[in-house]
Amino acid sequence: MEWFKKIKEGVSAQPKKEIPEGLWTKCEDCGEIIYVKELERNFWVCGKCKYHFRIKSTDYINLLLDEGVLEEFDRTLISGDPLKFKDSKRYPDRIKESRKKTQRNDALIAGIGKIEGRKVSLGVMDFAFIGGSMGSVVGEKVARAIERSVEKKMPLVIVSCSGGARMQEGILSLMQMAKTSSLLARQHKMGLPFISILTNPTTAGVMASYASLGDVIIAEPKALLGFAGPRVIQQTIGQELPKDFQSSEFFLEHGFVDLIVERSQLKKTVSLLLEYLSCCQ
Amino acid sequence: MNGQFLDFEKPILELEKKIKDMKDFAAGEKMEISSEIRAWEKKLEKLQKDVYSKLTAWQKVQLARHPLRPQTSDYISLLFSDFIELHGDRNFGDDKALIGGWGKLEGKHFMLIGQQKGKDTKQKLFHNFGMMHPEGYRKALRLMQQASRFRKPILILIDTPGAFPGIGAEERGQAQAIAYNLREMSNLKVPLIIVVIGEGASGGALGIGVGDKILMLENSWYSVISPEGCAAILWRDSSKAPLAAEALKLTAQDLLELKVIDKIIKEPLGGAHRNPGEQALILKKEILKVLEELQGLTPQELIERRIQKFRGMGIHYQIEEKE
Ligand SMILES: [Zn+2]
Repeated sequence: MEWFKKIKEGVSAQPKKEIPEGLWTKCEDCGEIIYVKELERNFWVCGKCKYHFRIKSTDYINLLLDEGVLEEFDRTLISGDPLKFKDSKRYPDRIKESRKKTQRNDALIAGIGKIEGRKVSLGVMDFAFIGGSMGSVVGEKVARAIERSVEKKMPLVIVSCSGGARMQEGILSLMQMAKTSSLLARQHKMGLPFISILTNPTTAGVMASYASLGDVIIAEPKALLGFAGPRVIQQTIGQELPKDFQSSEFFLEHGFVDLIVERSQLKKTVSLLLEYLSCCQ
Repeated sequence: MNGQFLDFEKPILELEKKIKDMKDFAAGEKMEISSEIRAWEKKLEKLQKDVYSKLTAWQKVQLARHPLRPQTSDYISLLFSDFIELHGDRNFGDDKALIGGWGKLEGKHFMLIGQQKGKDTKQKLFHNFGMMHPEGYRKALRLMQQASRFRKPILILIDTPGAFPGIGAEERGQAQAIAYNLREMSNLKVPLIIVVIGEGASGGALGIGVGDKILMLENSWYSVISPEGCAAILWRDSSKAPLAAEALKLTAQDLLELKVIDKIIKEPLGGAHRNPGEQALILKKEILKVLEELQGLTPQELIERRIQKFRGMGIHYQIEEKE
């Protein structure tokens, strides 16, 4: 028996930890002072420089799905502490804090919803939960989202937002890269479409697995994308990094994303692509 | 570490030298002190067992990085006959951090692919310290797909401090190259045997690490991030690497417990570098044994099992949620 629940949440109904509060706020990129209500109307995109503020997983659900309705699956999966990991904090305490902060059990929401009437298997990552890092739970939920796509012959859409694999679950986190990617081999062979949407940031273990394996890869403007962190690269090569290095624009220029799409156009673009990527219509 | 030996190896090497000196002396002076030598040899044996039976995670990391530890090129020359190296990804270049080619092990054909770190400074620079670029991952996949076409098993030796973090690597799609390998290695129709022979750091290792059996040498490590990288991020101090090594559970014994690897391959007492020839023979035996287990499977069975193998990795729980 699969446990599921319909969620319908307004963008404003959520605690906005990641998003500035108050009437006015400053654009994190160009410094423009923006009226928050205005920002909200613009999907949290700066009107002047098009900087995309980071939004929550539930915001993407509202943005992408018809009526913002997701039939959520696997909500109750939580991680264990297989390594008994402790740095400045115990891993279970870190998890507990993040669960409290985000009201989510891990860094990804998954389920089934409709995009302009077309059913999709959707996964959306949430940076607020330990940097959107991928441990066993994220890996398992992505795996199940892929399997749902295969079983129900639906397109797969994943919105990524992640600093990479979750260190606190060690090698098991690394193996989620292989787990998800090898299931995508099966999904790919069946001729089912996969649209991968990259948001700020998508790096390391997530970028080096499913996020890079879309039939079509869409990036939001000015997102940080890449394998290695910019600081690590700088330390290794000991020289300044080029301007716009590891941005969406850099990835587009080098041929690793298909297109950059502004948030206001995201649903329309995904919907049109799904129309093209379907064999029978 | 001090040149060619590790700190914890020092008392052992000193005792070994002492015994050798005694033997030389006895031979020169034609003296009969064999019972005394035997007593010292017993002492040595005990010391070795003491030291090597309770190595910390960090000491194992150091053994895995030992300057004299056998590398891919050593196993090729010790085990394979008629080796023919194949170069290049057919797109951009030839990544020297990865050696690949055809070879025969006890007459059986293999596609052999392995990371090569190099030993002296010149070699290390030539092989880029075993840190691959995207073209390396693409070369590896090209050779694996060639092996799959001709139904020959693939042996992969992992030994890398990580994929190279650099501008060119990002420009040419390091993440995409690794991701693509993870997916496409799942589709290969032949047995894929993976052995971690030294260091297995992160996506740089996993990028050639999807296989039917995953083995690790006793003193190798495999982790989501290097101990130094983890320490720098979580402890904000890379000198806390020994702590991070312990926390990450990265030894072969840990990975066997976490059900990520299938088997630990024994090393000669003191580590692979103490007797590369013996290590190579132990490795050969294990590879042939594993190959025999896999050879009966059809391509479809291999692929299905391989996907299922990784599908099962990870630990999660279901909770009751109050409404
Ligand atoms: Zn702006």
